[in-house]
Formats: sequence, structure tokens, C-alpha cells
Amino acid sequence: MCLAIPARVVEVLAEDQGIVDLGGIRKQISLELIDGAAVGDYVIVHVGYALSRLDPAEAERTLALFAAAEAAMNEGAADGAGGTAA
Amino acid sequence: MKFVDEFRDGRLAQTIARAIAAEATPDRRYAFMEFCGGHTHAISRYGVADLLPPQVRMIHGPGCPVCVLPIGRIDQAIHLALQRGVILCTYGDTLRVPASDGLSLLKAKARGADIRMVYSAADALALAQAEPQREVVFFAIGFETTTPPTALVLQQARRLDLRNFSVLCCHVLTPSAIGNILESPEVRELGTVPIDGFVGPAHVSTVIGSRPYEHFAEEYRKPVVIAGFEPLDVMQAILMLVRQVNDGRCEVENEFSRAVCRDGNLKAQQRVSEVFELRKSFEWRGLGVVPYSALRIREAYAEWDAERRYVLDYRGVPDHKACECGAILRGVKKPTDCKLFATVCTPENPMGSCMVSSEGGCAAHYTYGRHRERAA
Ligand code: SF4
Repeated sequence: MCLAIPARVVEVLAEDQGIVDLGGIRKQISLELIDGAAVGDYVIVHVGYALSRLDPAEAERTLALFAAAEAAMNEGAADGAGGTAA
Repeated sequence: MKFVDEFRDGRLAQTIARAIAAEATPDRRYAFMEFCGGHTHAISRYGVADLLPPQVRMIHGPGCPVCVLPIGRIDQAIHLALQRGVILCTYGDTLRVPASDGLSLLKAKARGADIRMVYSAADALALAQAEPQREVVFFAIGFETTTPPTALVLQQARRLDLRNFSVLCCHVLTPSAIGNILESPEVRELGTVPIDGFVGPAHVSTVIGSRPYEHFAEEYRKPVVIAGFEPLDVMQAILMLVRQVNDGRCEVENEFSRAVCRDGNLKAQQRVSEVFELRKSFEWRGLGVVPYSALRIREAYAEWDAERRYVLDYRGVPDHKACECGAILRGVKKPTDCKLFATVCTPENPMGSCMVSSEGGCAAHYTYGRHRERAA
């Protein structure tokens, strides 16, 4: 029951409610637990409540970490075995 | 889907796997526990274990909220629905869990109990408003992620003075369970726990933040890396744990910085502490009685506490004697070490906690792992 995916806020309604887009499906959820959610924000939804906002800059930073690892591995492969990295 | 697909890239997974293989010392063993059912699911579903070198092993922890729910609590819910005539609202995952006398919530429903599956706590509250002549009980289970919504509906029920609504509170706490895995009477019996570090939960940490884990890192000298639920998140966390072990560091690191900060969701924490207080002890399926590991409803909300309202006693029900969940959850044994695994104990007919939902260690191995082993 822990599985959840990031959802995009597409509408902010009265009384801390909101509509999110969950992979093409519109769903009403509660925004009561987070402050100042706006249309376009990505949130983590669990049992009908947004628990936190996703920070796109931090997501980019994590992805950059993966990319750096890849670059390092490829370099290592090139230096070490002289082969081309997969 | 944004924030999902880019964290499932198979080619990058191979790269991180190569980094892990390159950095993990060949003659040392690394055992890491993923606490959370969501991680167990990701590891099994995406075959993360297959990408790891042989010296790196993952242990499935007790972080599946349905699995750790003791039979005695489900018995209470069934009692309310069958004997006391309430409408019992529950998250769908609890419906099939076998309870005493060959019952489950689903079977109780077939016997005429009014049991309704809800998606959120708010649905249960709305039902109580819609049916003022009936008593509605919300069977509240789960870790720190489901607790804030329960707190919100309790506050709302009090505001509305909604007298036909109450909550059977079975909310449990992640840090106490991790502590119990590392230090409990059972641990002394089982010998040392071979866990070198933890992959910290994703969603739980959005609520409680990374701060509560700092204690483990220091006190028990175990590294913790909080990770998101996608396969690349888990792989990256494993790489970070390998590095910590190699360097002799025991720190809390946060791979899931896109959603988790050190303090967590303060608003949610505030609501939870207004409504709930610590229980002195609570029985967990698989772990046994764990001190200060769960929440109960504060006196100010006694009116909406199903345990007080219906004067419910708790009676524990032991699992099958041969069930090895206690040892499996502490990394001492594997699902296949259990005599009952896949014979007497299956997801359709679980004998112990780890087989109850697809997020449990034994069930995940039953569904995904066995076939790989056969193929190998
Ligand atoms: S296979 Fe079943 S009985 Fe054995 S340890 Fe797992 S859950 Fe318990």
C-alpha cells in the first residue's frame, strides 16, 4: 500500500482540495498537509493526501549524479581495458 | 511520466551496477536492509538483486504496514463489524489478511458484516456524515505516511461534533521498528544481526524527515541512505551505502532530496502530535511486542477512539510455530530457510507476516524470486 507516484497539480480547489493528474487520470486529493501548493507543482500523494512537494531542481541534481557516475565509468572503461563502454 | 521514467532507465541501472561491482571489495560481505515495503517491491519487480555483485545482499525489512498488523487487531475490527453492527471502513490491503477462526475482513463481509473499502480516511468521515443513523469505524493502519490523514479526520470529527464516527488506531512508528531489529531480546537469541546499513524509507521520510535516523547512525554505528522508490534510486542508495562501509562512515545520507528534507513535513508532524500520543507497547506481527512503537488517540479525542468507545481488549494471536519471520526480518534467515515457504505458506494462505502482502519479504520472493532461482 506504500506504492505511490508523483502527481501534477492541475487545479487548486476550495478547502485545501486539489485535482492532480496521475498519469492521465484526474483525481481529487487533499492539499491540507502542504502549504501553498500551486498548479503545475508535483506532489507525492498517499492515501488521498499530498505528503510533500517534489523539488525539480533536486531531482535534476540526483539525475546529474547518475550521469556523472556513467561518465566516470565510461572513462574508467576506456582507460582500463581500452574498450568501448556499453 | 515525469519524475518516474527518468528514474527507471535500464542503461543507467547497469552503469550504477557496474560502479557497485567495482567499488564493493570482493572479499567482504555487505548486507543492507531496505526497511520499506515499497523498496522491497521495487527490488523484486525490477530485479535489482540480480544486478548486484554476489557480496552485496539485500534483506527485506518489516516496513510493509499490512504485514506487521497483528492478527489480534484484525480480530478487533471483525468483532466491531460482526458483533457490534458498525460500518467498518478499511484500506483495501487489509481485507484478505487471515484472522482468527478462519476469518478475514472479506469473509466477515460475506457473513453479512458491513465492511467498506475506502481510498482515504476522508472517505470514512464522509460516510459517517452521509449515514448519521449508523456508527462508522475507520480501521486506521500504517506508518507515518497514513497517520497525518487520520489525525486530520479526527480533528474534523471533533470540529463537526460527529458522534457516529470513531477510529480504531493501529498506527506504528518506523524508528522504533528499526531500533527493535538492531536491539531486542530476540536479537540476543539469534546472535548478531548481520546488517551493515539501511536503505531508509521514501514516503515515511517525507513526513518525519531525515533527522530521526541520525540517532541510529550514531548509536548503532549503521549508515542510513534515504532513497526514492524507483529502481535507480535504490541502486544509487546501495552504491552510497557501499561507499560508507568502505570508508568506515556511519552517516545519514539523502538520495531522495527531491522530496525529503532534514525536518520533514512540520505541519503533518504538528497535527499528529495534537491528536496522538505514544503507546507504551504494541504487538507487531513478525517482531513481537515492541515498546513505544505505536500511537494511540489522546484523551481529548476519547469520544472518537473506538478502543475506548467499544471497550475493546487486545488479545494477541501467535503465528504458526514454524514461521521464521522474526529471523528473516533481522537478516539471520532467508524466506527459503522456512520449512513452510511456498508449501504450507503462500500468498493465498499466508502463515506469517512476511507473506501477507506483495510488499512482504516472503511474498516478494514467492512472486518474483523463485522463478529466477529456477532459471539460474
Ligand atoms: S514462508 Fe510464511 S511461515 Fe515461513 S517465514 Fe515466511 S511468512 Fe513465515
